[in-house]
Amino acid sequence: MREQTANRVFDTFNFILLLVCTLLCLAPFLHLLAISLSSSRPIISGEVSLWPVELTFEAYTKVFSDSSMIRSLGFTVMMTGVFTVLCMLFTIAIGYPLSKRLLKGRKTLMFIVVITMFFSGGIIPEYVLVRNLQLLDSMWALILPGLINPFYLIILVTFFSNIPDSLEESAEIDGSSHFRTLISIILPLSLPVIATLSLFYAVGRWNGFTDTLMYITSPELYPLQLKLYQLIQNNMITDLMQMEGTQMKLVVPESLKAASVMFATVPILIVYPWLQRYFVSGVMLGAVKG
Amino acid sequence: MSMGAYLRRYWQLYALIALPLAYFIIFKYGPMYGIQIAFKDFNFFQGIGGSEWIGFEAFREVFGMRDFYITLRNTLMLNFLDLLVSFPAPLILAIMLYEMKVVWFKKLSQTILYIPHFISWVIIGGIVLQVFGTQSGMINNLLASFGIEAIPFLTDKYNWLVTYLIVGVWQSAGWGTIIYLAALTGINKELFEAAGIDGAGRFRKIWHITLPGLKPTIVVLLIMNLGHMVSIGFERPYIIGNMAVREFSDVLSTFVYRIGLESGQYTLATVVGLFQAVVGLIFVLGSNYISKKLTDESIL
Repeated sequence: MREQTANRVFDTFNFILLLVCTLLCLAPFLHLLAISLSSSRPIISGEVSLWPVELTFEAYTKVFSDSSMIRSLGFTVMMTGVFTVLCMLFTIAIGYPLSKRLLKGRKTLMFIVVITMFFSGGIIPEYVLVRNLQLLDSMWALILPGLINPFYLIILVTFFSNIPDSLEESAEIDGSSHFRTLISIILPLSLPVIATLSLFYAVGRWNGFTDTLMYITSPELYPLQLKLYQLIQNNMITDLMQMEGTQMKLVVPESLKAASVMFATVPILIVYPWLQRYFVSGVMLGAVKG
Repeated sequence: MSMGAYLRRYWQLYALIALPLAYFIIFKYGPMYGIQIAFKDFNFFQGIGGSEWIGFEAFREVFGMRDFYITLRNTLMLNFLDLLVSFPAPLILAIMLYEMKVVWFKKLSQTILYIPHFISWVIIGGIVLQVFGTQSGMINNLLASFGIEAIPFLTDKYNWLVTYLIVGVWQSAGWGTIIYLAALTGINKELFEAAGIDGAGRFRKIWHITLPGLKPTIVVLLIMNLGHMVSIGFERPYIIGNMAVREFSDVLSTFVYRIGLESGQYTLATVVGLFQAVVGLIFVLGSNYISKKLTDESIL
């Protein structure tokens, strides 16, 4: 009896504690959402915490009517799409042969790959390379350098190796070329891994910031994160005044920035259910420690 | 079989490898060739080949720079503080989640706790500005309503440290629980039952069964963390830091960016980058060796 009460007390405490942690985790988002939906007066007077005060969609109107923002979003979507497809093509192309034990030169190849996981030239040599290849200020500077992530490659190779040899052997006996075996047999069996790695690549590219900062200088090519960064850092934004009919509407920088941040977060939130599922399984698959 | 027969049978595999291999050579090993810049008085007109060889002169210059030691100190300091704060958090959270009997709430809180891991540092930076801002930040507004003076979270370097660490926990704690939760599934449930029969309460069970069960995971992760003491990401200190707190927020990675790409001192920046890469490698290999000795497990 005593034990049951003690258990219940523990469980209640645990629940409350976890609830507090979860709410603390959520609070910043709620606050930002609230700011983005509040009018300027309450924001300036500091009334807004977790709920919008004097609800208004002004900030969002401003964001959606900003053509450079929309263009940046479109460009980022396209760039991420191209990147993910190319990454998967390249990773699979080298992953499949590497998974075959009988491949001559396999050990050397693996060695070449693994070295790159522990040592790299550094950002300056990388910048020099990109510049020498005339890729500066182009979409390709954001795509080509990252085409194969060695960690993901190893996850893929491990997965391919676990596919029973008998499947490939019987395909070979039936006269299937390696290309065909890869496409018709191996890939359909590998869909979960492919989905997971595609998401890894896509999210990495979507959230990527450092290389965009280094390589992109033309505003038309600013990916979303870079555009957002410029916006947030720009402390020169003075209050924007909008004339609508005979009304003067004031959009405070805080709410504009908050709306932009929410704008940039929504795409991730939309794909979040898939992200959660596949990323978690990805962690198990390759012990990729976040 | 003969080489000819082998190639006839397996040429397609090599055809597949061709382009990816070219990628590795150009984009992974190419920059390694560029490491020479650290030993040359580099400029773009003369290129890597044409620039004059200066040997270790740039190294001497870097090791004489005050900023180098400041950024090195900051790198170690921030990583060490992170270890103190961000390392225990996922562990504690994982145990809380593990003990959570209400399944729907467990799943809901996990869903929420993972979110910060998936958003970019730029977005986090925007959130940090709004939450911790001195003028109209959420926390300072809250303090003001209690009559407490605003705390300069982002402009005073010591307060900034606190902010930096809090943001770190917020971003990584939830996701970090996954590894521990996976390890927890490996603990034999019967141990808990047996302990219960022996009269152990929840806390004692956690102390004597759960934690020891997690010890290998904790040790491996701890050592892995130590192995990365010299490396630090670029985005977090760069985006959350600013000019006012530069004395603490400037780390090796931001230093390389600053003197290299912002000031154009390519040679010096390459030296610092090389330093970080080599020392980092030594740390990683060393920590892996220690990990292997201690737990028979290896991350490699």
